[in-house]
Amino acid sequence: MKTTTGQDLSRRQFLKEASALMGGLVIGFYLPSKGGRAFAAEAPPKQLYPPNAFIRIATDDSITIVVNKSEMGQGVYTSLPMLIAEELEADWSRIRVESAPVAAVYNHTGFGMQMTGGSSSIPSSWEQLRRVGASARTLLIRAAANQWGVPESECHAENSQVIHAKSDRESSYGKLAEAAARLPLPDRVELKARTDFKLIGKPVKRLDTPEKINGSAVFGIDVYLPGMLTVLIARSPVFGGKVRRYDATEARKLPGVQGVYQVPTGIAVAASGFWPAKTARDLLEIEWDEGAGAELSTPTMFAEYLELAKQPGAVARRDGDTVQGLKTAHKTVTAEYEIPYLAHAAMEPLNVVVDLTPDHCTLWTGTQAQTMDRNMAAKTAGLKPEQVQIHTTFLGGGFGRRANPKSDFVIEAVQVAMAVGKPVKVIWTREDDMRGGYYRPMWSDAIEAGIAKDGKPLVWKHTIVGQSIIADTPFEGFMTHNGIDATSVEGAATLPYLIPNLQIDLHSPKNAVPVQWWRSVGHSHTAFVVETVMDELAHHAGRDPIAYRLDNLPADSRYRGVLQLAAKKAGWGKVKLPENHALGVAVHQSFDSYVAEIAEVALENGKIRVHRVIAAVDCGQVINPDGVAQQIESGIVYGLSAALHGEITLQKGRVMQSNFHDYAPLRFSEMPQVEVHIVQSDHPPTGIGEPGTPPIAPAVANALFALTGKRLRRMPFDKESFA
Amino acid sequence: MISFNLNGTQTQVDADPNTPLLWVLRDHLQLTGTKYGCGIAQCGACTVHLDGRAIRSCVTPVSMASGRQVTTIEGLSETPLGKTVQSAWQEVDVPQCGYCQSGQIMAAAALLNEHPHPGESQISAAMDGILCRCGTYNRIRTAIQAAAKGGVK
Repeated sequence: MKTTTGQDLSRRQFLKEASALMGGLVIGFYLPSKGGRAFAAEAPPKQLYPPNAFIRIATDDSITIVVNKSEMGQGVYTSLPMLIAEELEADWSRIRVESAPVAAVYNHTGFGMQMTGGSSSIPSSWEQLRRVGASARTLLIRAAANQWGVPESECHAENSQVIHAKSDRESSYGKLAEAAARLPLPDRVELKARTDFKLIGKPVKRLDTPEKINGSAVFGIDVYLPGMLTVLIARSPVFGGKVRRYDATEARKLPGVQGVYQVPTGIAVAASGFWPAKTARDLLEIEWDEGAGAELSTPTMFAEYLELAKQPGAVARRDGDTVQGLKTAHKTVTAEYEIPYLAHAAMEPLNVVVDLTPDHCTLWTGTQAQTMDRNMAAKTAGLKPEQVQIHTTFLGGGFGRRANPKSDFVIEAVQVAMAVGKPVKVIWTREDDMRGGYYRPMWSDAIEAGIAKDGKPLVWKHTIVGQSIIADTPFEGFMTHNGIDATSVEGAATLPYLIPNLQIDLHSPKNAVPVQWWRSVGHSHTAFVVETVMDELAHHAGRDPIAYRLDNLPADSRYRGVLQLAAKKAGWGKVKLPENHALGVAVHQSFDSYVAEIAEVALENGKIRVHRVIAAVDCGQVINPDGVAQQIESGIVYGLSAALHGEITLQKGRVMQSNFHDYAPLRFSEMPQVEVHIVQSDHPPTGIGEPGTPPIAPAVANALFALTGKRLRRMPFDKESFA
Repeated sequence: MISFNLNGTQTQVDADPNTPLLWVLRDHLQLTGTKYGCGIAQCGACTVHLDGRAIRSCVTPVSMASGRQVTTIEGLSETPLGKTVQSAWQEVDVPQCGYCQSGQIMAAAALLNEHPHPGESQISAAMDGILCRCGTYNRIRTAIQAAAKGGVK
């Protein structure tokens, strides 16, 4: 297959792929890739993207939307086509979706590379894809007007038809596509007024549901190539360890085993399928040079972190004078927090299929980071980036793990393909995935906060200790400033409350454990600290937790709307709760969206039971309200799993957890009722994949305080005794 | 050779009898709707029916299927029960990433087969072994209740 590069996404390429996909029936909606105005030297301030990269209209009026973001459950295969279809005036029932190849035209408008993350798919595509749809609509109307010899202004588009009412003529998009494709890109397009939206803002069913309920959806692990071998890798039990020597004699004897190879990350067993590969891997005898990583143990690390937390760090924010503030405070709270490493533990373990030839490398995988992965695969194989193509499959969960800034799982798979010399599918077992690192960092926080005589917050000194996710990655240059990794302090340095004396310090120790973004990144720990301490200040001030927050937020703060809506829907202060139930609240902004959550919690046989969660969200303009509800439900479950049960711990460098019996996600019987309420907003759309996660841990902790009088300072809460 | 009835068709496979049914389905027969999630019967992504009952195929040696009836998500999709469950799933728009959903649907179908009108605790007991990291549990509950109302026989 010819590879696409830059914005040179050629017509021939599309024709070829489209014909292959649609049995040659397609008459595509294509624009010349050269000379089109989108590629002119002086790009217009709002870049117009060639619609042919995103839209293909077939003669049978079916419309294929090419989606340049990875579908990992967050609904982009529905919400992004909605943006296009709205402006295209397309018949929604005829929309189908295809995942984009790697090409610059599919780059994230903000990141400058093809990537899905940071809850940014909708915000970064909001303008772009509506313009794509509007460009196509404009050209289709123009093509029809030309054919009929009537002014464009007399024609309009509706339900995949161009209509000229005056002469009672209409033509379908399928009939007009070829003519429209020959027209140059319009200079400018008119976007619809929000009041004219037909799709955006309405609940729309997911387009990917049918294939996800009959087993036909293809995830990376479901890709089978002719002659392909399945490969499992024995990796070091300690991060950073190397193979000293190994004996594969017994492993090689096993039927189905095709070869055993040493690769940079360990010993790879290639076999006819998963089971022989796994069985043979168990027979390997490997001696490891474990290195310094073998000295890591969680209790020691926390002790070191807490020591560091007592010392001044790099200052992320300083308002007023915290030393003076602490001297004059009427009451103070002093607390230390311990928050563990977390694995992403997506249901689909990591896997990559690689077909490597001397001049080409094709990958099939569920990645969130196509450009980085393609470039790193090319570098690994000694090829040019344009000689590598990635087919992005469905992702069986991503949560950040599949956007690895070092392309760890992709590089390794290419190394395996180079060693084996045949098409390979590298599968990580659950244990490999759980123990493979790239965790949410463990954090220690030390905090001293105080209130004035009138109860208002007076002082807040928060010191954060934890590894930088951004250090030593390509993102370091623009996401680290003055020694501060912005993701380490987000949600803490940006806390919204009016506090005159405030300081946030950061220590970023290094060690051998690889860390990475995990759904909501820094917010996953800062919201817990900030919102539990704020709750405590309210308690010391003798105030209601919601009233206290509202009193200490700026008057125009968008935090207020979600707090008030959640309080109203939960019947805060009014509802009669069952005996031994209590409510707790937390509010947090992440990815420019605001979420308040109120948790109703009980203790049952000494165990925490979360019965109900009322969430209110302000994420600006809503595209698909049902998608927003799904993502908040999802964020809550993800955060609750971590809050109640989740921890990755180390002993002598070894990860003590291995599978779902000792790293337990929330189960069906533990699921609270969840209500999601949306604050109507005229702001542009903001993130929704992650913002549901941060508030749940502090909301539950605050409810437990209301119930028991005990403050929770460490996660998971399972470790606390409430006897 | 091990032979069993797979989704209504007599099937023979040449596999080590200890091979888990999951990997026979996926690697030998390329029926990829049944998923690998944990390998130790903790997540339920691999749930299929053996003689109509939900089992975890990741810990079931293929030899145990010998001479019996195996139904996977692909086969269930062809049955009235499967269609009822799927249409409830569609109506409620249950899946997110979708990886666990074959297992969820197989577990739900087995439950409804045994208890056409399951109570809360029966639903909880049947579904507790099937993990979902995306948090679709409440929608699964709603879909099961909808399927039960829809008159699952």
